[in-house]
Amino acid sequence: MNPMKRSGPAFGRPATPSILRPAAHPRPGGRPLFAHAVRAGFPSPADDYVADTLDLNEHLIRHREATFFVRARGHSMVGAGIHDNDLLVVDRALTARHGSIVIAVVDGEFTVKRLEKRGARVRLRAEHPDYAPIDFQDGQELHVWGVVTQVIHSFVA
Amino acid sequence: MPRFALVDGNNFYVSCERLFNPRLEGRPVVVLSNNDGCTVARSAEVKALGVKMGTPWFQMQDLAKRHGIVALSSNYELYADLSDRMMSVLATFSPDQEIYSIDECFLGLDGFERQDSLRYGQTIRQRVRQWVGIPACVGMASTKTLAKLANHCAKKGLAGHDGVCDFERLEAPQRTALFRSLPVDAVWGVGPRLAHQLGERGIRSVEALRQADPATLRRTFSVVLERTQAELNGMACLALEDVTPPRQQIQSSRSFGQYVEDLPALEEAVASYIGVAAEKLRRQRSLTGMLQVYLRTNPHRLDAPQYQKGLTVPLPAPTDDTLCLIAVARWALKKIYRPGYAYQKTGVVLMNLCDAGTVQGDLFSKGHGNPRLMQVMDRINAAWGRGTLRSAAEGIDKEWTMKREKKTPAYTTRWDQLPEAR
Repeated sequence: MNPMKRSGPAFGRPATPSILRPAAHPRPGGRPLFAHAVRAGFPSPADDYVADTLDLNEHLIRHREATFFVRARGHSMVGAGIHDNDLLVVDRALTARHGSIVIAVVDGEFTVKRLEKRGARVRLRAEHPDYAPIDFQDGQELHVWGVVTQVIHSFVA
Repeated sequence: MPRFALVDGNNFYVSCERLFNPRLEGRPVVVLSNNDGCTVARSAEVKALGVKMGTPWFQMQDLAKRHGIVALSSNYELYADLSDRMMSVLATFSPDQEIYSIDECFLGLDGFERQDSLRYGQTIRQRVRQWVGIPACVGMASTKTLAKLANHCAKKGLAGHDGVCDFERLEAPQRTALFRSLPVDAVWGVGPRLAHQLGERGIRSVEALRQADPATLRRTFSVVLERTQAELNGMACLALEDVTPPRQQIQSSRSFGQYVEDLPALEEAVASYIGVAAEKLRRQRSLTGMLQVYLRTNPHRLDAPQYQKGLTVPLPAPTDDTLCLIAVARWALKKIYRPGYAYQKTGVVLMNLCDAGTVQGDLFSKGHGNPRLMQVMDRINAAWGRGTLRSAAEGIDKEWTMKREKKTPAYTTRWDQLPEAR
């Protein structure tokens, strides 16, 4: 019996943990943005204008359903500002163009590289002198998994 | 005339796994049920080998070796997340959506230009494929039952083009020929048993069911089948259900990874099922008025002594408090527990659910439980993962948890399990 095929009317689907999903509402702990300067001692009527909290998801993510996070490994992209252990924001809704930094599938593995397209020539280029570019000949298909839109680099352990 | 589309992710669980393991592309892959028991999803390559849904994994060891079949434990966290993403993408294609199961949904297409339907179907497929990475098929027709059948045809390549099939775009003779060739069990709601009974009366194809006498169908079978027939003939009887009704009861149970004999381990298991069930309860803003606990040995082990027992306990007042419910459940478990048996499964059922907003207060009780504690618990568990904050009754080691040896990481829901790129 296939548990996914039900024969009756719909009840709810399984609960979804959505931690890595941009929140629909800012999480508790978001900082309220005050739209006016603070003046001591005066109970400001402008408090009515406290704006919404800033949600970092809103800044980093354009297509919620198509956005995934990927961990960068190694040093092949340091020239582009991507370091080992950095967090990459990957948007699958975007179309990769010449110059895009992409997650591509090479030999069944994910790799992060800069995409170069010149006419029919397609190449994945590292941003590090020690790494050779990967060339794709005519008929060889390059599988682009998603476009990297941001890198999040942490300065603390 | 109403119009419906059914969109369905192909081999959904397998497709979810392939998205993060591109090496699995083109290889035969199965996903196994809880405890790595039976096949619950098969890739096209596995279907081609003749493996049926539900085949126990141990029965296909030889085949697996010969053909290099990859078996994976089910990774429901991943499937649920990708399902959510797929459904949100699909919701942008119609104001009316009914999510029917984890991998399929109906879309209302009333008022959409019929001429463009095939192109629209391709846009839907392409969008889901690109954004969420899941290949899908689209069936369109004038009733839900027909849309589901059209989807079946699209998926099997029996009609339509490139994974999209619109019955309205087929000429009448073409459609009749197609329906003649489709077995009756391809119809939504016609299971193997009903198909067998219909077959005995000479109704073997979809076309035969369409032509059968409605009154006889109702008399011999049911009004439901009569309605199915009407739907097959283009009369819409089923509307989209856009609101999923809150569940009337909540179950949480698992088979153990290994047999469990002693009470403390069973108590931990029961407590943790309550944890899961009570969280669901609070999410749908319900309270439970009755709690059932059950346990049983493995009925298929003929050599071992058998025991099974359940106990249902009405609660003094409806509650959604994990700690209160655990206390009741442990009490009930102690009542039904007998030493000396190898238990295979235990579970809890929350029943008599009611809306948390409409409960009558009990004059003599001060209210049960601690709602603020529950709120904090749910919030912490939402942020840091299920079970981060839990009752100590659930135990720490959980030796009884089920076997999922071949589970892939929760790529999209855990910071420490993200996919990696070099």
